[in-house]
Amino acid sequence: MAITSIKNLKEFSTNNDRFEGAHTLCPGCAHSMIVRELMNCTNDNLVVSANTGCLEVSTAVYPFTSWDTSWIHIGFENAATAVTGAEVMHKVRKKKGTLKDNDAPVKFVAFGGDGSTFDIGFQWLSGAMERGHDFTYICLDNENYANTGGQRSSATPIGATTSTSVAGTHSYGKKEKKKDIVSIMAAHGAPYVAQLAPNKWKSMAKGFQKALETEGPCFINTVSPCCTEWKFDPKDTIGITDLSTDSLMFPIYEILDGHELNILYRPKNIITVEEYMSAQGRYKHLFKPQYRHIIEEVQKEVDNNWAMLQRREEARV
Amino acid sequence: MQDLKLLANDNRGLSQLEAGFDLLGWDEVTQGSVLPSFEGDASNIANLKAEERTYSGYNSYTATVASWRVIKPVFNRDICIDCQNCWVWCPDSSILSRDKQMLGIDYDHCKGCEVCVEVCPTNPKSLLMFNEHADLEESLASWPEKKKKEKKSEEA
Repeated sequence: MAITSIKNLKEFSTNNDRFEGAHTLCPGCAHSMIVRELMNCTNDNLVVSANTGCLEVSTAVYPFTSWDTSWIHIGFENAATAVTGAEVMHKVRKKKGTLKDNDAPVKFVAFGGDGSTFDIGFQWLSGAMERGHDFTYICLDNENYANTGGQRSSATPIGATTSTSVAGTHSYGKKEKKKDIVSIMAAHGAPYVAQLAPNKWKSMAKGFQKALETEGPCFINTVSPCCTEWKFDPKDTIGITDLSTDSLMFPIYEILDGHELNILYRPKNIITVEEYMSAQGRYKHLFKPQYRHIIEEVQKEVDNNWAMLQRREEARV
Repeated sequence: MQDLKLLANDNRGLSQLEAGFDLLGWDEVTQGSVLPSFEGDASNIANLKAEERTYSGYNSYTATVASWRVIKPVFNRDICIDCQNCWVWCPDSSILSRDKQMLGIDYDHCKGCEVCVEVCPTNPKSLLMFNEHADLEESLASWPEKKKKEKKSEEA
C-alpha cells in the first residue's frame, strides 16, 4: 500500500502530478481540483473510468489525454460497470499469474458527475455496489448537467434556476428537493460512504485514502462548485465551497459500514443559507419578495438535516 | 484568413500535430481508440517528476491552453512562504513545486482563473494577476506594499 503523506501541505506537495494540465475544463473548475487530489494521495497504479460529463469530454479531447494512468470511457452511465469489469479481470489474471507484475497494487476508481450518478447511471452504480466489487466511486456533484448547458438534475437543490427549470414570474426554479445520495449509498451497505469538499483538502485526502484502502465498494460525494452554471466568478471557487460547507448546505461527514456516522467538519461560525445563496447567480431570483419563503424553507431543511446528522453521530447506530 | 491559421497553430499544440502525426479523419476512426500517455514503460510514473517522464505526443502535458488567458498570475519569490495552498487548489496543475518549494507557474497550462491569488495567505499576496502582456520586471516592481491591519475598535 503506497499511501503518500498528507501530514501537511508541504509534504503533500512533493507528490508528482498524475493529472496533467491543458485539459479543457473551465478556468476555476473544481472538478480538476478533486481529481488531482485523488491522483496525488496515492502512489499505487490506478485504473480510472469516467462517466460522460464535463470531466470526460474535457480530459480526453482527441488526440489528447490528461490522464497519466489507465483510463477507460465507455458510455454515459457505466463508469461503475466498466471499472468493476476491469477489477474482476484483474482479480482473475492475478489468480492465474498472467499479469506483467503480479504484486503491483492496483486501485480502481470511477468518476461521475451528478447527472450520471443521481439519474442516468444510478442503476449501474447501484448494481456495482450490490455486487461488492473493490472500487471507489467518486461523484463530482455540481448540481446540474453542466456539460450540456446546465439542465436540472435530481441533484439540483430546490429553488435553483437551471436551463430546464427556469425562474421567472411563475416559477422559483426547481421545485423538487435534492436526492440524498449519501444515505442511499449507505443503505447499500457500502463499507465507506462520505461527503467531502475540496476546500477542506486534508479531510478530503484522508477520505480518498480511506476509500482506496477499504476493501469493497466505496462511494464519495464531493461538492464541485461550477462557476459557469452556479454563476460566480472563477476565482471564487474555493470561497463558494467554504460558504457551502459553513452554511451546512454540504455537511462533511462519513458513514462507515452503512450506519456509523462521523461528522468530519464542524464549522466554528455557521453562516446562513441566505449568505451562501447570495453569492451565486442561480439563486438571484429568490431574493425577490415573492420567493423569499423558499430561502426560509431551505434554511429549515438544512437545520433539520444538521440536527439529524448530529443525533445520528451521537447515537452511534 | 492567414491570421486565423496562425491562431490555430498556437492553439493546444496543433502545431506539433502538423509536424509529425498521422491522424485519422473523423469518418475513418473505428470504435474505440487507445492513446498512450507515455513512450515506453509507464509502470513507475507515480515516482517520476514531470521532467523525468517521457511524455508521448498524446499527453495533454505537451499541449498548451495559454491562449485562453487574458490575465496571468505573476509570482513573487520574495514574499512566498511556501505554504502550497496554490499548489493544492490549482485546477490546471500549473503550479510548479519541487522539494516543498514553490518555483513558479507553468504558463502553458495556466488558464488565468485567479484561484491561486485568492487562496494566497501572505500580506501582500505573493501571487497577483497582471495583464497577459505585462513585463515580469515591471510587474514585480509595481508590487503593492504590505497592508496594515485595520483597527477593529474603530466603531467603538
